[in-house]
Amino acid sequence: MALPVYATPLERLWRWVYIAICALVFLFLIAPIIIIIPLSFNAEPYFTFTPRMLRLDPDGYSLRWYDTLLTMGMSNPEAPRGAAWWADSWRNAAWVNAAKNSIIIGFFATILATSLGTLAALGLSRPDMPYRRAIMAILISPMIVPIIITATGLFFFYSMTGLANSYVGIILAHATLGIPFVIITVTATLVGLDQSLNRAALSLGASPTTTFFKVTMPLIMPGVISGALFAFVTSFDEVVVVLFVAAHDQQTIPRQMWNGIREQISPAILAVATILVVISIALLTVLELLRRRSERLRGMSPG
Amino acid sequence: MLFERTFLLSALITALCLVLGFPIAHLLATLPLRYSNLLMILVLLPFWTSLLVRTTAWMAILQGQGVLNNALVALGVVGEGGRVALMYNQAGTVIAMTHILLPFMVLPLYSVMRTIKPTYVRAARSLGASSWTAFRRVYLPQTLPGVGAGALLCFILAVGYYITPALVGGASGQLISNLIAFHMQNSLNWSLAAALAAMLLAAVLLLYWLYDRLVGIDNMKLG
Repeated sequence: MALPVYATPLERLWRWVYIAICALVFLFLIAPIIIIIPLSFNAEPYFTFTPRMLRLDPDGYSLRWYDTLLTMGMSNPEAPRGAAWWADSWRNAAWVNAAKNSIIIGFFATILATSLGTLAALGLSRPDMPYRRAIMAILISPMIVPIIITATGLFFFYSMTGLANSYVGIILAHATLGIPFVIITVTATLVGLDQSLNRAALSLGASPTTTFFKVTMPLIMPGVISGALFAFVTSFDEVVVVLFVAAHDQQTIPRQMWNGIREQISPAILAVATILVVISIALLTVLELLRRRSERLRGMSPG
Repeated sequence: MLFERTFLLSALITALCLVLGFPIAHLLATLPLRYSNLLMILVLLPFWTSLLVRTTAWMAILQGQGVLNNALVALGVVGEGGRVALMYNQAGTVIAMTHILLPFMVLPLYSVMRTIKPTYVRAARSLGASSWTAFRRVYLPQTLPGVGAGALLCFILAVGYYITPALVGGASGQLISNLIAFHMQNSLNWSLAAALAAMLLAAVLLLYWLYDRLVGIDNMKLG
């Protein structure tokens, strides 16, 4: 990538301009995500840096918005913080309940999406599968079709079938949205799968089931896990379907954020946002480790 | 007409994504893997971060009393009375959506650019082409599959966007999805909402078919 020795002065200048442009684009990508982290420790109810924060005065920073997440909606937030206080928070706090709902919905939607998506990917990767392309296109379509159309359709469909306002309805909807990601990631690992390994297992007397669990499954595991992570993140971040088909008391984290942003915008939203950013960093780390493991398993040279 | 505005704004956002995404995809593709994997995190982290988080972040930055306007006032670029309205209008929609869709442009571009061998450009240079000519006549045509895949994906996703325009778009930055939601939830004109949704669905399916023909769904990559 270094410039050749015969580069003209103009080319050298362009090289620096080019690096500066790239740095600016990277800044554009990452700055909004970084900037909310200090803002969430604001001591004032403002969405911007106060003069005290800019002076790095410790009094300008506080954890009050994180505390709000625990106390908002509690029956007695002023009580001394003992076991009873925590029990109250666990039962009544709006954000805690939203988190519980999000995790329950996300968990079941992920299990459903991962098992169905993996099975679909296995079937679709067989060379003798008829109408492969068309079926693939239909299964991937929830990712492409605008979410508002999916939500509108589900609203009418659920009103007719009685699934509206139920957890089952939301979980099924989120599983549909997660399946495309699982299919894509698992198909990607299946492309590199050496079919002779399966044939070897079969020729050594293993039944197809044993072959699948002992040979295929461990090899496609990185793809399955990263697909599951994608499915979970999709469900954890989904608000439109929840707004359309969920009951009023079925709050999830994104829905609570959505209401907060539209009604009274407070740095408590930024505190939630910071927690979510930390979660995405953790997920990204897991994915990167998986990618390395997958490369090692296939004997590819690491970069 | 709202359909017209949706398509115009989506085209603008796609073009901005291409302009911003091309240089960094090129940088990522030409750096040694050790460094590009590190820089790739800067693309993947926004990709993995919740949509609402990114939209909220842009609200904190763009609003009248927000970070960007405060910085401009502090630097003396604009006066206290001249704070720029960057949010609750089309500018807000375009800025926030460009940020959100940029990874969808960079990832396909990157995976195509990785496969382009540097020897072609070197051969062109050694045959007497200037660096600009070598880029335009040799490198650029080879990136076209990536450009097509990224641009189509960005455009398809932009046309159906709902959350970001609803939160930062104000009245002038609303897209067709917001009108569908309005008729579903507020005016309760469900037939009109269904009709608009059907029209949008037809447009998206047409683009999706095109994407499948040109790129192939199997070639879609995530991170």
